[in-house]
Amino acid sequence: MVLDFSFFTWEVFRSYVLGGLWFSLALTLVATLGGVFFGTLLALMRLSGIKALELTAAVYVNGMRSIPLLMVLLWFFLLVPLVIGRPIGAEGSAVITFVAFEAAYFSEIMRAGIQSIPRGQVNAGFALGMSYGQNMKLVILPQAFRNMLPVLMTQTIILFQDTSLVYIITAHDLLHGFTVAGNNLSHPREAYILAAVLYFVICYSLSNAVKRLQQKIAIIR
Amino acid sequence: MALDWSIFCADTIDQQVQANCLGVGRDQTYLGWLIEAWGQTIMVAVLALGVALVIGTVVGVLRTLPDTPHGKSRIARWANLWVEFFRNIPLLVQVILWYHVVPVVFPVFADVPKLLLVVIGLGFFTSARIAEQVRAGIQALPRGQRYAGLALGFTTRQTYRYVLLPMAFRIIIPPLTSECMNIFKNSSVAFAVSITELTFFAQQAGEETSRGIEIYLAVTLLYIISAFAINRIMAFIEKRVRVPGFVASTGGGH
Repeated sequence: MVLDFSFFTWEVFRSYVLGGLWFSLALTLVATLGGVFFGTLLALMRLSGIKALELTAAVYVNGMRSIPLLMVLLWFFLLVPLVIGRPIGAEGSAVITFVAFEAAYFSEIMRAGIQSIPRGQVNAGFALGMSYGQNMKLVILPQAFRNMLPVLMTQTIILFQDTSLVYIITAHDLLHGFTVAGNNLSHPREAYILAAVLYFVICYSLSNAVKRLQQKIAIIR
Repeated sequence: MALDWSIFCADTIDQQVQANCLGVGRDQTYLGWLIEAWGQTIMVAVLALGVALVIGTVVGVLRTLPDTPHGKSRIARWANLWVEFFRNIPLLVQVILWYHVVPVVFPVFADVPKLLLVVIGLGFFTSARIAEQVRAGIQALPRGQRYAGLALGFTTRQTYRYVLLPMAFRIIIPPLTSECMNIFKNSSVAFAVSITELTFFAQQAGEETSRGIEIYLAVTLLYIISAFAINRIMAFIEKRVRVPGFVASTGGGH
């Protein structure tokens, strides 16, 4: 069979795909920010030395990490409305799911980052009379973020790829846009190929950027 | 909201609760279906893992081949291309491509069973990640190991077979553990192309019975149990194959 890509004009891209692309990017951004925020809290809980907090965070993180993202998506999409008694919509549940799910992954990254800070730094902070909060905010977390920046960005690229899963709960993402365009203009196969190409271009350029960043940081250290 | 677990003993056709929970004869209960779906998930994951390990090892090894006098060898460059290609396209998109596009564009694949197409898709996707780990494992070995092999008169092939790979594989068991757990979880994507695995069961049975919470809890629990089992198996392997005096820490790991 010969593939025919001529159906795919700028007009088609603008009316079908562009909105989905924005949603995928926005979901990635929100999930990264939310995930890093809650992930850092989870990491602090796990390192707090308070048994109850440690256990809660550990159960949450390990639980989330052993369930497929797709299952979590279906959980939130189909069951949260049952529990709270009103629908939250595909896009809403996508955002909630991704923040909740990614928090578990980012928390492991942040935990590694915090643990990579030499013990002496922590003691130096306390010796200067800083409180636990000040020490975290001014000494440890800024360095942990910096050390973990390449890993955080790699996880963000994986996160961007994973946003394609919201297609299954029919949220209007990038993949959904290509699928609808392909079906409406009766070139579904070409549309899938184009979707793959666009994802590849975005992810490949981002991972190259991360590689360059990594080299830059490695030289400064 | 009260939970009603008897739904698992119900017949999948007339929804009547069966005395024998597993169903008798040709009738199937939801419990029977759940177990069958779990089997499908395990089958997809294990087959894909086989594909991923074989290809991942080959590609990973090719990426560490010594440079030629003109720079990177051409084979190593192709292997790099393989990794970049399969790593930078979302798994769901790849599975959709294998399922909807490949059989039409390449007539060779027209008669390949759909399950196998999904296995290839999942296997190739994971092979890129395993190739990356194999490469890292080989490069983590001291250069002396390679030279020692060559000094003993081994060919390049023998050096990899008897010296480098046995060490590299032991080093990368922790990341390989994560990858085994990932491939099990990622098999849920097969649901998008109508393979009747666990996630498909959850969605379908949840809709049929309107007992979503019980069904989802059961499936989620099965995923957690499976993940834990894989983790323990890999920890056992890690302990058994440890090289004395080389890998200090024990236990599973992520």
